[in-house]
Amino acid sequence: MRSLSILAYVLLGILLVAGAMGNWVNSYIQLVIMYIGINIILSSSLNLVNGYMGEFSVGHAGFMAVGAYITSVLNVWFFTDSTIFGPSLFPPVSAVVLFPVTLLIGGIGAALAGLLVAIPSFRTRGDYLAIITLAVNYIVKSSIENLQVIGGARGFMGMGGVVNAMKSAVPVPWVLIWVLIATGLTIWVLYRFVNSTYGKGIVAIRDDEIAAEIMSVDTRRMKMVAFMLSSGLAGIAGGLFAHVLGYINPGTFTIMKSTEVLVMVYLGGMGSLSGSVLSAVILTVGLELFRSFQVWKWVVVPLLLILLMLFRPEGLFGHRELTDVFPWLGRRFAKKERQV
Amino acid sequence: MQWGSFYALIALGYTLVYGVLLLINFAHGDIFMVGAYIGFFIATLLLGHYTAALPFALSPTAIFVLSLILTMILTAGVGVAIERVAYRPLRRKGVSRLYVVITALMCGLILENGNLALLGASRRSFPELLPKAVYTVGGVVISNIKILVIVTTILVFLLLETIVRKTKIGMAMRAISYDRMAVPLMGIPVDTVIVFTFILGSSMAALAGVLFATAYPVLEPYMGALVGWKAFIAAVLGGIGEIRGAFLGGFLLGFIEIFVAAYFPSTLRDLIAFSILLMFLTVKPTGIFGVARATKI
Repeated sequence: MRSLSILAYVLLGILLVAGAMGNWVNSYIQLVIMYIGINIILSSSLNLVNGYMGEFSVGHAGFMAVGAYITSVLNVWFFTDSTIFGPSLFPPVSAVVLFPVTLLIGGIGAALAGLLVAIPSFRTRGDYLAIITLAVNYIVKSSIENLQVIGGARGFMGMGGVVNAMKSAVPVPWVLIWVLIATGLTIWVLYRFVNSTYGKGIVAIRDDEIAAEIMSVDTRRMKMVAFMLSSGLAGIAGGLFAHVLGYINPGTFTIMKSTEVLVMVYLGGMGSLSGSVLSAVILTVGLELFRSFQVWKWVVVPLLLILLMLFRPEGLFGHRELTDVFPWLGRRFAKKERQV
Repeated sequence: MQWGSFYALIALGYTLVYGVLLLINFAHGDIFMVGAYIGFFIATLLLGHYTAALPFALSPTAIFVLSLILTMILTAGVGVAIERVAYRPLRRKGVSRLYVVITALMCGLILENGNLALLGASRRSFPELLPKAVYTVGGVVISNIKILVIVTTILVFLLLETIVRKTKIGMAMRAISYDRMAVPLMGIPVDTVIVFTFILGSSMAALAGVLFATAYPVLEPYMGALVGWKAFIAAVLGGIGEIRGAFLGGFLLGFIEIFVAAYFPSTLRDLIAFSILLMFLTVKPTGIFGVARATKI
């Protein structure tokens, strides 16, 4: 049953890529789809910490920034002739093979930054942890602003060259493909993780940390794993984001961005992967539709969330999956929501 | 000293609300911003910048005092309205604290962006109401506004300390923070006390807002965000929920920032301030005056 949904996702992905190549899907829709994918990665990875583990992390954009910068700097350094790093280290064609490697390195870098949050989290919980994550977000942002080598506050560009290098080797929409693959893998990894015996420890920490400790859950280790996994995935999302846009600056990765992800998590519901996916889709598409309203959208979105909190505080799918809400889906498809 | 005073003033508001409700009022920094804006509009109205001019002219100092008081009242109204509309229904439902915190965060965003959408991104400059005077005491140059800010902060601190420790309502506030379930049984009107807390906290923010606008006469919708976060850090540094802690933490953060700005390039200010916070919380997770809460079994 599960393989069926994976198959469905792969088919959907192939369809999208084919559509993009055959110009049936125009570039704007492609862009929106890529945003949706990135937002799904962000919201579901934050849900691991905020929803499943019950901590309150508000600095997800910081990890995203780390991943985005590491990946883009490596890619520009390796595969393009840039003014900052000189000629390319590897032939630009090798970007096709090495892009996932740099993406992964970005993720690992972000995971290491996640340690900055994980270690203080052993002793603090709840409110104080919120400050720590916030502080990490600010630290990341202002460190990048102070690193003049990679552009400082002016931002960093050149990722377009990398994308072009990949395209000139094999002419397919590479970034779209990588976003689709990363999104699928993220959902798969998180799904397997939270449903594994080992991953149940995370839910145990949420429900009662001390009882979990007594029941021989290694809470320190669990927290470290959860934080690092979550921030690592955010880093990968950041790397993809950088290549979708072709330009990043520290101003993108502020509390505003973190809040956007938070909104997605809580709109979808804590501890619910399908909720995260669904709300990422709804919110991304919704924000695109209301782009013309500009500032007002940031009045309406929080207002909606407040109303949601008042009338349905657990979010759309609080601690439930789509299969729990519609049992026939489970029988039919087993996690149909994995289709983006 | 002056920055420290602002942080301390706002941190006092944070800590007051947190102490009673155990709620991080993330909207507090934006209430500060709203306070500054309300102050601006009242002051310009009194100065007669609009068509509705007053029949009699007031001296600038009188306008300052009057607009300060009016701003505090109006901003307290804003704070209470937020509590009434957003926090109280949630509290009644007895949902997890986390949801209230998120609601607070969202309220802050609404205030910020609502202001941006309504009034536009253009900056406004606060009218200069107090004549600037500069004194030199023992080689240290200090302006009258700085003195005013610092003295106000100390007075507010003493006032709050007295209210919380000596009066009946202060005792009720502490009782609510200690055990929310038992307090209504003792015949204490919980909602009244909480509203009172919000009135106090918001008027502190308004006071800080008007003083800030007097010292740095540029208003913009996002002015509350960074100052608010910093004040929050100050509150945490001192041990949140503890009035003395907020006071001390505010000044401490102010000093740290000034020193950093003096020895390093000023772009590093935020970086170092936040790093210090991070290290501090790793070593002592509950702040200077904080007491670890009893763990649940």
